[in-house]
Amino acid sequence: MKNILGREIPEFVEGYGKVKPFGGAFNNLGEVTKKEVRVKSAVPGETKVLSTIREAIEKCNLKDGATISFHHHLRNGDYVLNMVLEEVAKMGLKDIKVAASSIFPVHAPMVELMKSGVITGVYANYMSGPVAEAISKGLLKNPAVMHTHGGRARAIESGDLHIDVAFIAAPTADTYGNINGVEGKAACGTLGYAIPDAMYADRVVAVTDNLVPYPACPIDIQQEYVDYVVAVESIGDPKGIVSGTTRITKDPVGLKIAKMTSQVIEASGLLKDGFSFQTGAGGTSLAVAAYVKELMKKKGIQGSFAAGGVTGYIVEMFEEGLFRSIFDVQCFDLKAIESYKNNKAHQGMSASMYGNPHNRGAVVNNLDVMILGATEIDVDFNVNVTTGSNGVIMGGSGGHSDTAAGAKLAIIVTQLVKGRLPIVVDKCTTVTTPGESIDVIVTERGIAVNPRRTDLIEKLKTTNLPVMTIEELKKIAEDMTGKPEKIQLDDEIVAIVEYRDGTVIDVVKKVK
Amino acid sequence: MERLRRTMLFMPGNNPSMLQNAGILGADSVILDLEDAVSLTEKDSARILVRNAIKSVNFYNSEVVVRINPLGTEFGYEDLDVIGRVKPDAIMVPKATEADIKSVSEKLDKIEEEEGFEKGSIKLFALIESAYGLENVYSILQSSDRIIGMLLGAEDLTADLGIKRTREGEEIFYARSRVATACKACKVAAIDTPFADMEDMEGFIKDITRAKSLGMTGKAAINPRQIDTIHGVYAPTEAEIRYAQRVMEAQEEAKREGKGVFSLDGKMVDAPIIARAQTTLNTARLAGLI
Repeated sequence: MKNILGREIPEFVEGYGKVKPFGGAFNNLGEVTKKEVRVKSAVPGETKVLSTIREAIEKCNLKDGATISFHHHLRNGDYVLNMVLEEVAKMGLKDIKVAASSIFPVHAPMVELMKSGVITGVYANYMSGPVAEAISKGLLKNPAVMHTHGGRARAIESGDLHIDVAFIAAPTADTYGNINGVEGKAACGTLGYAIPDAMYADRVVAVTDNLVPYPACPIDIQQEYVDYVVAVESIGDPKGIVSGTTRITKDPVGLKIAKMTSQVIEASGLLKDGFSFQTGAGGTSLAVAAYVKELMKKKGIQGSFAAGGVTGYIVEMFEEGLFRSIFDVQCFDLKAIESYKNNKAHQGMSASMYGNPHNRGAVVNNLDVMILGATEIDVDFNVNVTTGSNGVIMGGSGGHSDTAAGAKLAIIVTQLVKGRLPIVVDKCTTVTTPGESIDVIVTERGIAVNPRRTDLIEKLKTTNLPVMTIEELKKIAEDMTGKPEKIQLDDEIVAIVEYRDGTVIDVVKKVK
Repeated sequence: MERLRRTMLFMPGNNPSMLQNAGILGADSVILDLEDAVSLTEKDSARILVRNAIKSVNFYNSEVVVRINPLGTEFGYEDLDVIGRVKPDAIMVPKATEADIKSVSEKLDKIEEEEGFEKGSIKLFALIESAYGLENVYSILQSSDRIIGMLLGAEDLTADLGIKRTREGEEIFYARSRVATACKACKVAAIDTPFADMEDMEGFIKDITRAKSLGMTGKAAINPRQIDTIHGVYAPTEAEIRYAQRVMEAQEEAKREGKGVFSLDGKMVDAPIIARAQTTLNTARLAGLI
């Protein structure tokens, strides 16, 4: 069958189940029921502290076929996922499903476990590196399921994704399971992505390298959600956890795109008191923030909040009074961690509060402007951030689809040509985010506005920005690069791309 | 076509992606460089690359200038022959002398005839970077009517003079004044030497301002990030534009009332003030400010 975007998807996928086709970004709202949560009550006097990961696995009664979960706040510095899976393999467990909010190159040992049948399923919002490549080559038994950040929270809350045991890397934990991410040598700031796991998993294990006496302070994840605490030597490599200072790009093309983007934002009329904003940590995205900052200062505007994965640059804007508050699901650098630790108005948020479409209102719904990237964007404004030009998985939505759906103005910033390939194409290799939720694409050679946004097209007419149709933009790119041949993929499905509401927006095929 | 030449951006002729993006960076002119930016081993390939870029890349509104190698080297004439045939807007001649300019101009006559281009359509920039060049700047300018501007190259000039190049630039005061005056006399662009330190924004602005105050009409840029700053210094301020508009309005009114001489804000307005107001408004119009 075809979903509403015309993507060919099966009605049933072996190892995934019945497919609910994507029917539009806001088609699947209404009343939902959250799952029941199984809780094993703690007995007064019993300790929660266990001495090894193995003991925790045993106490949780982990069995073949179970689903275990991890968060990705330690990013490419994470040791916990590998540590737990190594033990799982040693214990001879099979058919394990790994629900990691994201997977990074550091998680390469998973590949061998996929081959040997220890791991047979993967759920992730984003994945890059050897695991993503192995999945693309068909080395995982069942298709991987790619969620969005908000969609993962939804799947956990609804029971679509049932977690048997959540292993939560805890930069600091006390002896009764209270966790925070701001103290300890592997401090990572907020723990927003781990919160749904903690609330809905059958069993929750905190794995920490900074076990402190009860009670820890502050507390990000409370003791009522945590069954066991395991102290280990180290949960992660700080170098891989936080990037150094995230820098604004020096690339003149990136700067040009950023400047034009700030002009689009200004022309949109959204840049006024109460303005809310989110941007990524990439060099061009940060440069947009820098130009927006200039405009806000010039016009004397105070914004309501900045959100997202938070960088030091956003913190600087906040400290200069340009935003009243920050909503932070994940800290990208030390400055963000410090700020979250010390400033009350720098507020943490869970993945659900951030982007879950099936709760009583996520933060993304309150966003004015969202700056996003793209690997491909097609003439219907559908965006691919999941697969590369060779068809191999190299990312995933993360918060892309969530913020695009929520924000009043979702802007894609990208070079028109990357690595000799045009970014604007007839059809995306994979659709991650539907075009109906994307408003504008800004490239160094032109700006295309989604035809649905007639209001914005009118507003941009009053500027001297190079506004054109997306077909014209595609032609400029193809005049430079020629039209690349479509890549040939196998028929086997290696990953299901779920939209935030749990419907299937696309599937990823095996690479030849 | 009347155009601004506030910025001339150097782009290395051996870098495909920079050539591809040269036209979108907002410089009034781009100088595709075959000389200093290109090592001896890459002279051939850069020449071909620049030729193909001129044929296929869209440079949008930027004027396309190619700096060829000095005629005294084995590459100079070959550069000219290959690049001339794809008709750039202009050729920049390094270490220019009268003889060089005449020779290049004659060669271009021939190329234009052979290729069926309009005679004299390929323009010239002379690069003044020696004591000889500086002392003969006016006669160099007179050597060909293809010349539309001059670039002062202070690094080579001060080396030739055996003097130290400083951040403050006191040592090139005379060179700037001389080039600016000669260019003004011949009604061509006087382009100032580039500023190398990307970290010293304050020094950069002072440097542009000083050159502008001596009559240089634009500045070479060696980094795209310098463009906006240079345009900023060369842009008439809102107050200047407003004042120029008021001068013109007052002149209109005086004409209507049949007055030859008139005053504005209690000061007499004479011909130089009107001329300056016209220049200001013209610059503002070309820069898209009014």
